[in-house]
Amino acid sequence: MKAQQLKIALRNCGVIDPENIQDYIAREGYLALGKCLAGGSREAVVETVKKSGLRGRGGGGFSTGMKWEFAAKPQSDRKFVVCNADEGDPGAFMDRAVLEGDPHSVLEAMAICGYAIGAEDGYIYIRAEYPLAIKRLKTAIAQAEEAGLLGSNIMNTGFNFKIYLKYGAGAFVCGEETALIKSMEGHRGEPVSKPPFPATKGYRGKPTNVNNVETFANVAAIINKGADWFASIGTEKSKGTKVFALAGKVKNVGLVEVPMGTTLRELIYDIGGGILDDKEFQAVQTGGPSGGCLTVKHLDTPIDYESLVASGSMMGSGGMIVMDEDDCMVAVAQFYLEFTVEESCGKCVPCREGNKALYNILHKITHGSGTMADIDRLKELSVVIKSTSLCGLGQTSPNPVLSTINNFYDDYVQHVVDKKCRAKRCRALLEYLVIEENCIGCGACKRACPADAILGEPKKKHFIDQEKCIKCGACYQKCKFNAIAID
Amino acid sequence: MTCSINQQIIKEKIVEICSEFKNDPDDLIAILHKAQGHFGFLPSEVQQAVAEQLRIPVSKVFGVVTFYSYFTMEPKGKYPISICMGTACYVKGAEKVLGDFETKLKIKNGQTTPDGKFSLNTLRCIGACGLAPVVMIGEKVYGGVKPEDAGKIISEYKD
Repeated sequence: MKAQQLKIALRNCGVIDPENIQDYIAREGYLALGKCLAGGSREAVVETVKKSGLRGRGGGGFSTGMKWEFAAKPQSDRKFVVCNADEGDPGAFMDRAVLEGDPHSVLEAMAICGYAIGAEDGYIYIRAEYPLAIKRLKTAIAQAEEAGLLGSNIMNTGFNFKIYLKYGAGAFVCGEETALIKSMEGHRGEPVSKPPFPATKGYRGKPTNVNNVETFANVAAIINKGADWFASIGTEKSKGTKVFALAGKVKNVGLVEVPMGTTLRELIYDIGGGILDDKEFQAVQTGGPSGGCLTVKHLDTPIDYESLVASGSMMGSGGMIVMDEDDCMVAVAQFYLEFTVEESCGKCVPCREGNKALYNILHKITHGSGTMADIDRLKELSVVIKSTSLCGLGQTSPNPVLSTINNFYDDYVQHVVDKKCRAKRCRALLEYLVIEENCIGCGACKRACPADAILGEPKKKHFIDQEKCIKCGACYQKCKFNAIAID
Repeated sequence: MTCSINQQIIKEKIVEICSEFKNDPDDLIAILHKAQGHFGFLPSEVQQAVAEQLRIPVSKVFGVVTFYSYFTMEPKGKYPISICMGTACYVKGAEKVLGDFETKLKIKNGQTTPDGKFSLNTLRCIGACGLAPVVMIGEKVYGGVKPEDAGKIISEYKD
C-alpha cells in the first residue's frame, strides 16, 4: 500500500479562506480554546499536551507539554508566549504555509498556551521576508479580537490574551530561542547560555514559553480530539505527524504531512513520485544546515527524531531536499558551510572560527588542492565544534560535513586523490577536451573562448590549452558538433 | 546647503517613526524596518538620528544594522533583483542564474548598476522552493528561471 498523508497541522490549509474567521470557526475553530476556558484547569491543559507526546517541531524535539509545565511553574506578574515564525532554514516553507493558510490555528494555540502557563501577552516573531503571512496574521488577529476570541475578557471568562507581531530581519541564529528573545528586545540576535532557560527568565526577564509555528498548529487538534488520539499516531517516542517541505530533484515538490515513522522511501517515491527525469537517487538532505545528507541505505529508515539523529542527520524544521546523481556532495557540504559562516553570530570562538576553517578546507578540496590529511582534519575539527559551541547553531553546523564524509567518503577521496568531481559540479576540477573525430574545425569554440585557450587552424582539428583554460564552458555551449567533452 | 536640509528631513522622519513606537529601544528593529522602508537604506545619518531619538549609543544601532542581513547601508537599485540561494534553488542551478544576471547587467553580486536602475543580491530562501530556482524583482517572483531567461526578465523593466 502506498503511504498516505495525514493532515493535522495542515488540516485547514487550502480548505478554508484564511482571511475569514467564520471559515475557521466552522471547522471547530476556537472550540479547543473554549473547552480549556470553560472546563479544563490550567494544569489539565498542560497535562493533556504532555500526555499527547507532542514534541517541538522547530528542530529540537523537546516535549512541548514539559516546556509549558516549566513556564507555568514560576510565579510572576507577567509571562509571555512567543511563537517562533522565523523560518530561516533554506529550503523550508512549512511555517509559511501554516501562517498563510491557517493563521487562526496558531493564534488559538497561543491563547491556549497563555491560559495554561498564566500569560496574557503573546508575540509572533516573524520573518520580514514573509509579507503575505504578516498581512494574514494581522487580519486574523483583528478578526479574532472583534469576535471576542482574543483580547480582553475572552468568551466572557475573564481571561485576557493579546497577540502582537515582532519582525525578524534575516538572521538564521534567531531561530535559537535565547537569540530570538534578544532580537525581540531590539538587540543583536546573539544566544546566551542556558540556564536560566526562557521558562524562568525570558523576554524582558520574565518567564517565557517559545514554540514553533507547526508545534502550535497541532495544539487545538490535540485538545479537541484528546491526547490519546494524538499519541496513537506515530512511533513510540515521536507522536503525531510531521510536515516536510519536499523540494529539489523530486517529481512532486511541495508540502507533505505524514505520520511519524513513515520511511524516507515512502516519502520520496510514493508521495514525491520519485526522482526528476528518472535519474538516480543520490541523497536526501534533512534538517537544513544543521542536518545531514542521507543516502540509499537510509531510505527505509522510519522518520522520527531518534532514527534521524542515529543516522547522522536530524529532523530539523522539516526541509527535505532530494539530490540526484548530478549533485556533488562535497560541494553541497561547502554550500552549507558557506551559509553557516555567514550566519554564525560570532559570539563564541568554535563556531565563528571553526566553521570558517571547515569552509576553507572544503574550498581547498573542491578546488583541487586538498590532501587526505584534510579529510581527517575536517572530521577532527567537526567534533570539536560540535562539542564546544555555545548554541544549537554551532553544535549542529558540522553535520553536513560529517554526514557527507561518512556516507560519501569515496567522493571526497576522488576530489583529493584523482582531482576529479564525479558529478562535474566543481569547476576547478573539470577538464574540457576536444573530441577529435567530431571536430570539423569550424572555429566557433575558438571565437567563444574568452581566455584564448583554443588553438587550431580553420578546417583543422582544434585543441584546448589546459594551462590557459578557465573552465567557463563557453566552448561546450557553442559547439554544434558534440566535439567538446567534459571530463 | 542640501546636506543640512537632508539631515533635517531625516531627523523629522525619524522623530515621527520613533514616536509611533513610543521611543522604546525594544522596538529598534521595527523602527529600522520602517526607516529602511522609507529611505530605501540605512546610511549613517539615519542611524545617528535613530540613536539620538531613542537615547541609545550609535554603536548599538550600527551593531544591529550590520547584524541582520535584511538591513542595508547601501542604496538599492530602482529594481532590486534578488536571486534565491536556498538549498532547493541551489541544487536546481541558482548559481548559473546568478552568473547570467551578472553578465547581462555587467555588475557583481551585491552591486548596483551605474545608472541606479538595477541592484543584484542573493538571499536565503523566500519559501518558494516548489518553484526553484527563484528570482525576485521588487515584490514580483519569477519561478523556474533558466539561466538564459535573464535577458528576457531584465527587458521587462525598461523605464
